[in-house]
Amino acid sequence: MSNALRTIRGREHLTGWLLLLPALMLLALVFAYPILRAFWLSLFIENLGTNLEPVFTGLGNYVRMVGDGRFWQSLWITTIFTVIAVTIELVLGMAIALVLNESFRGRGLARTIAILPWALPTALIALSWQWIFNGEFGVWNDILLRLGILQEPINWLGEPGLALASTIAADIWKTTSFVAILLLAGLQSISEDLYEAHAIDGATPWQSFRQITLPMVMPQILIAVLFRFAQSFGIFDLVQVMTGGGPAGSTEVVSVYIYATVMRYLDFGYGAALVVITFLILVAVVAIAAFLLSKAQNRTEGV
Amino acid sequence: MAKLEVTHLNKTYSPKIVPVKDLSLAVEDGEFLTLLGPSGCGKSTTLRLIAGLEQPTRGEVLIGSKNVTHRSAGDRNIAMVFQSYALYPHMTVFENIASGLKLRKTPVGEIQQRVAEASRVLDLDGLMQRKPSKLSGGQRQRVALGRALVRKPDVFLLDEPLSNLDALLREQVRAELKQLFQSQNTPVVYVTHDQTEAMTLSTKVAVLYKGDLQQLDSPQRIYSHPANQFVAGFIGSPQMNLLTLPCENSHALLGEARVPLPQVTEPQPAGQIVLGIRPEHLQVGKQPDCTAVRGQVFLIENLGMSDLVSMHVQNSELTLRALIANTTLKAGDELVLSLPPQQLHWFDIETRSRIPVQPETVAH
Repeated sequence: MSNALRTIRGREHLTGWLLLLPALMLLALVFAYPILRAFWLSLFIENLGTNLEPVFTGLGNYVRMVGDGRFWQSLWITTIFTVIAVTIELVLGMAIALVLNESFRGRGLARTIAILPWALPTALIALSWQWIFNGEFGVWNDILLRLGILQEPINWLGEPGLALASTIAADIWKTTSFVAILLLAGLQSISEDLYEAHAIDGATPWQSFRQITLPMVMPQILIAVLFRFAQSFGIFDLVQVMTGGGPAGSTEVVSVYIYATVMRYLDFGYGAALVVITFLILVAVVAIAAFLLSKAQNRTEGV
Repeated sequence: MAKLEVTHLNKTYSPKIVPVKDLSLAVEDGEFLTLLGPSGCGKSTTLRLIAGLEQPTRGEVLIGSKNVTHRSAGDRNIAMVFQSYALYPHMTVFENIASGLKLRKTPVGEIQQRVAEASRVLDLDGLMQRKPSKLSGGQRQRVALGRALVRKPDVFLLDEPLSNLDALLREQVRAELKQLFQSQNTPVVYVTHDQTEAMTLSTKVAVLYKGDLQQLDSPQRIYSHPANQFVAGFIGSPQMNLLTLPCENSHALLGEARVPLPQVTEPQPAGQIVLGIRPEHLQVGKQPDCTAVRGQVFLIENLGMSDLVSMHVQNSELTLRALIANTTLKAGDELVLSLPPQQLHWFDIETRSRIPVQPETVAH
């Protein structure tokens, strides 16, 4: 201690920690405490069966989870939802970003419009899409019937398979713009010279896209995947408003299941255990993505 | 054989913005043509038209007597070095150099061999696995050159390749460039705003100004016989003295001095004429057969090997600048400068173009 205080560097370190202390305490209060509290709660049974009194059960809740088919199904549905939504968003987002990166009249306006779906509140969007897919009055049915693609109206949100597809469609509509704007930022950092040099080298536009654009925007692609994965894996509002997890649990993603467990069945201990596991899965995936991201950034860092 | 020709090349963005106006020129094998001019003169646009990065509004580009005007940049078999070098940041030096060959499906063995050859010529051995971000400016420049060399193109295009290097390195690389392209028998088109680069590297210089070709000549001719007042003022450092003088009979009046007009001169309509003389050609003192001009020194700038002396010409508003070696002159001193008649340039006051002096057609 005295040794550390004797050097200037040592004193600076101490000052640094002192200045960081308030922020660290705030972070601990806001993040660390609830996380640890949830973990602690997950070691107890606290539900209507125990008159909402905590009864210590150790890892009992986690054992219960292994045999909980509904949990595994919600995890599976969440995974399908995430993988399909994020994949399509990336492809569409890249296409939109490529268009917005070209210079044309009204590009500024187009860029502003492109960000709008992302800026609107999710609950509002979910409500709109619920009506669009409505079996009796929905616009979507109307369009398909008029085009002669459908003979009979379909209750999109009432059929298990279709309901999941409908929620995915709504999510894609909402967040593709976010991915597009992120990728656009990456595209704009690529110098036009590179494309011209590559064209002179004899590359076709497709080859330039593969060999210049994709590797150069890889950091932005990975950031988009990281953000979108985390958001999509924890998706709640859109699904809750559109379908509430139904029909027959076909759109019950993990967050909706946890919400039901805690708020409807008042099973606080088990709900906490579900939260902990979901949290750990997310952290693991985010860590992998962050690792890939830093590698990609090293690869593209340059002139 | 694979000469480059452009005929009546035009590029019009809008009626007011015409970067290239009716440009025609040819570059033979082994020739090094420099497009020289101030920024905005259309030199870079011309290069991009030749490269196929932009389409001309009118006119044709011919490479090896084949019309390539409507071919894409990749189909013209040209190689270009960009001002920014345009190295692919995510590829190693080897991949950067080999890129054009790979895209053209060159056999792997030949790629290896050609890259190794370029690497030896450009002294890039040992850098092959590095990324461009780990290279110095000079090394990046050489990689960009290597990328062009391995292609064995029909024409080399270079867009201000030295402008991102610091002054010392620029001089060294300039000399290396000269050696490199002297050993190639391929036409080179080089764009620069730096007259030293143009003079030292080129076999031919095209001076451009506001989209118009001012003069297409050897560097020596451009220096000794500038086609008009713009070229005269643009080429040469320090800048040529350009004086607008009144004429009287067969003489132009420079202060009290009377400079004989060239014999072929028709009477100047405005009664005025532009006289040009380079600072390095003015001589101190009264010399035989020369017109002498008397004046007062008001500024001395030391350029190292000589001084640039500025003088007010007696009984006139005009100033003359002269390069004088080892001078002990100070501001305020009286000075007599002689104008050797064979070093005088005359320009028409209206058209600004050169008025030929009779013997010069014989001399060259």
